[in-house]
Amino acid sequence: MNWETVIGLEVHVQLATKTKIFSAASTSFGAEPNTQACAIDLAMPGTLPALNEQAVHYAIMFGLAINAEIGKISIFERKNYFYPDLPKGYQTTQLEKPIVGRGEVAIQLADGSTKSIRIHHAHLEEDAGKSIHEGDLPHGSSGVDLNRAGTPLIEIVSEPDMRNIEEAVAFAKKLHSIVTSIGICDGKMSQGSMRFDVNVSVRPMGSTTLGTRTETKNLNSYKFMEEAIEKEVERQIDLIEDGGTVKQETRLYNGETKVSKAMRSKEEANDYRYFPCPDLLPVIVSDDTIEKLRRALPELPDARQARFVEQYALSKYDAGILSSDANTANFFESVAANASHPKMAANWTMGELSAALNHADLSITESPVSAELLAGMILRIADNSISGKMAKQVFEAMWQGEGNADEIIEAKGLKQVSDNAALEKMVSDVLEVNPAMVEDFIASDENKRKKKLGGFMGQIMKASRGQANPQQVNQILLQKLNELL
Amino acid sequence: MHNYTIAELVKGLQSKKFSSVELTQHFLSRINRFNGQYNAVITVTADQALQAAYLADQRLAFGSAPALCGVPLLHKDIFCTKGVRTSCGSKMLDNFIPPYNATVVENFEQAGVVMLGKTNMDEFAMGSSNETSFYGPVKNPWATDCVPGGSSGGSAAAVAARLAPGATATDTGGSIRQPAALCGISGLKPTYGRVSRWGMVAFASSLDQAGPMARTAEDCALLLNCMASFDDKDSTCVDLEIPDYSASLNKPVKGLRIGVPKEYFSEGLHPGTEEAVRKALADLEAQGAELVEISLPNSNLSVPAYYVIAPAEASANLSRFDGVKYGYRCENPKDLQDMYCRTRSEGFGEEVQRRILIGTYCLSAGYYDAYYGKAQQVRQLIEQDFVQAFAKVDLIVGPTCPSPAFKFGSKGDDPVAMYLEDIYTIATNLAGLPGMSVPCGMVEGKPVGLQIIGNYFDEARMLNVAHQFQQVTDWHRLMPEGIS
Repeated sequence: MNWETVIGLEVHVQLATKTKIFSAASTSFGAEPNTQACAIDLAMPGTLPALNEQAVHYAIMFGLAINAEIGKISIFERKNYFYPDLPKGYQTTQLEKPIVGRGEVAIQLADGSTKSIRIHHAHLEEDAGKSIHEGDLPHGSSGVDLNRAGTPLIEIVSEPDMRNIEEAVAFAKKLHSIVTSIGICDGKMSQGSMRFDVNVSVRPMGSTTLGTRTETKNLNSYKFMEEAIEKEVERQIDLIEDGGTVKQETRLYNGETKVSKAMRSKEEANDYRYFPCPDLLPVIVSDDTIEKLRRALPELPDARQARFVEQYALSKYDAGILSSDANTANFFESVAANASHPKMAANWTMGELSAALNHADLSITESPVSAELLAGMILRIADNSISGKMAKQVFEAMWQGEGNADEIIEAKGLKQVSDNAALEKMVSDVLEVNPAMVEDFIASDENKRKKKLGGFMGQIMKASRGQANPQQVNQILLQKLNELL
Repeated sequence: MHNYTIAELVKGLQSKKFSSVELTQHFLSRINRFNGQYNAVITVTADQALQAAYLADQRLAFGSAPALCGVPLLHKDIFCTKGVRTSCGSKMLDNFIPPYNATVVENFEQAGVVMLGKTNMDEFAMGSSNETSFYGPVKNPWATDCVPGGSSGGSAAAVAARLAPGATATDTGGSIRQPAALCGISGLKPTYGRVSRWGMVAFASSLDQAGPMARTAEDCALLLNCMASFDDKDSTCVDLEIPDYSASLNKPVKGLRIGVPKEYFSEGLHPGTEEAVRKALADLEAQGAELVEISLPNSNLSVPAYYVIAPAEASANLSRFDGVKYGYRCENPKDLQDMYCRTRSEGFGEEVQRRILIGTYCLSAGYYDAYYGKAQQVRQLIEQDFVQAFAKVDLIVGPTCPSPAFKFGSKGDDPVAMYLEDIYTIATNLAGLPGMSVPCGMVEGKPVGLQIIGNYFDEARMLNVAHQFQQVTDWHRLMPEGIS
């Protein structure tokens, strides 16, 4: 039988506020355990939450970005359960009245088509802390780090509109692109800034009723998400084809061991006993606030892609890659503005720079080669001062912090020779000292001659220590050899 | 010195008749000598108090000190006090020393008020007799075989026994007014949102409100002037102008319309209490007030609604006491589950556990609508009753509680009988209205309280009427036997 996969996503996005959703403690990542948790985050007796207005604004901005209804009155509720990293014994979240209602997100697929994924709602909530089971702890005990406790999140809940892994990943990436473009999330997946819960079910192709779903929680990379969905789809199909049934349950996928396992069944699920939080008033958002935020909303990825095609004559594909991440898009535009060669700016940003950043595990905002430096180098390629090959050397040196392109070209003596007379002499010299090669060339047929040209080019470039302008050399060489035929 | 009211102490301090250090020493020595009889105070901060008194005297010497500078007070042990144990009457917090002050405590500290110590209370403010305290029951200074009321029984008994001229307290269902009534003192629960809840250990967040206890309405006004403040740390605190509560005390009550709810004089009201309250109403009428019979038809629903809403909120509020971060943790837990179970079973007393269970049940899937949802609807009906009543009258007056102080253990086996202690006080908490109790008579040698309920943020008018009542009566001046 043919099976159809049905996927829905719940995405937790950490909001890039400076302070926590209900306290003034810092949200920055990587501090010593429990140094960024104040009395409120520790749920000390008598402490009370005070809502961070910026977090509310960020959630509204997300709602506006996906054309959603904005909840003019939203209500925080308490979700009760015991866990050591949940200091109050309840999570303050939203249920009945979330801040963001129905909306939709358009995704682009590899075949060029687009698809709309419906968003059920998005709500504001606080993150929990982290339990620590390894490290410098007394035998048999676990630790708790509450630095993350109280970090503002929006949880975005999609409808089960995705039908395969490609769509799920495209949707996840699109959300990443949207939240980073409007500046409400730093997008750092490795730091947990975006985490995915995937709801997966399968059904016979053509069926219109949904199968029983499982939820695999807390995946923090696209790769793990892909793997987890693939494994789960396989597991469910095998199970059904062997005559079994899928149980509704929560599962965990371990990206290291590639093993997924059931965490708890529906019957074992917590009764969270939600009720409105009496310490917080309903959040009332005025039309005026919504309009102000709408007007200030930064350019969205789709609009940016279209503009890149229009303004810089990039291909839709390239424009899509560059616009998918706000920082990359900003970097590219800055290079393009300084170098006035958008195509080259795009190629270098997506090519050499992106590869180097990946290799060094840096984000584009941490790039040792600034947009200005890269633009300076592109100007030298454009005016033929250096060849593309030399540019790679210059780029490498800029990466190492050796200065700007002009300084490096000067210091390394990399200047390209484009003087016609000098190049003609170089070509003549090489032909003169290699009579056998010349004979061989003349004796060969048309097709082989093309290959043999490379031999001469190599000799000439070597003689010029790589500084000869290759296009010009190629031209002169062809001309001189043709004269000999 | 301990027979002076706070108003008189303020005058004495400002005219240098005595110093704050002398005053503080006097009350510390009274606590030292007499607290053993009442168990009203569970922590005495003598060194800190004397130091604060010394500083207050210096401020007084400069001549520009705030009104209450140098006056000693006791704080209910529900208010967090920086560096001083805040137990909330529970074994769970027996070792808890907060690194911050409650806003109420901070306001008094800024004003130069001297904290003498912390008062006993029902565990987590859950009780009407002070019998649920981990530190043992408080005894009523009027009859030491009787309860002082609860949950602010320690504060009430301390003021009645002249261990302090005033004390802070909190009221979730009557916890200021009922012990004030049973101990023969004056106590006021302000409108919900008038006083900051920051740093006050939460019982039921939508009902909890802090207020003052003292011997007179005039003193309550002085204390409320300092307690009330807008505080952005408490989102439910209301940013509304705070009047000078002392300014309107002397307005005549002539022409005021006083509502007398017929439901408050029904079955279950002690005849002696009824007689005292009727007499007080007659006194007010004699002063020119107009008595208007009113009805609060949903009064009988307030106790059941309260005993759903308050435990529901408490069940979540008390989840933080899990042995992980502070407070009590059981010995040698064998795993996480064991730590949770034993910490909470050993750390919480019986009544607290009962209410956590009730609250958890009421919020559970399948029961929420029938209990919590319904109780919230009832709450709105009760609020409506008051809104309609206040369209016709300026204040509502009746008994604070059904009978005078009862004997220890007499309601111990029957939680519902205990819950009915709060039958006249709970509705105001559900509606968020202010209420106060002032002494209005004696039955069987024990005090009777008169409850005055005001409209939202109308504390000034309540204090005015209470003060005028105290101008023509002496009940607030009576002293329990055996107190010198």
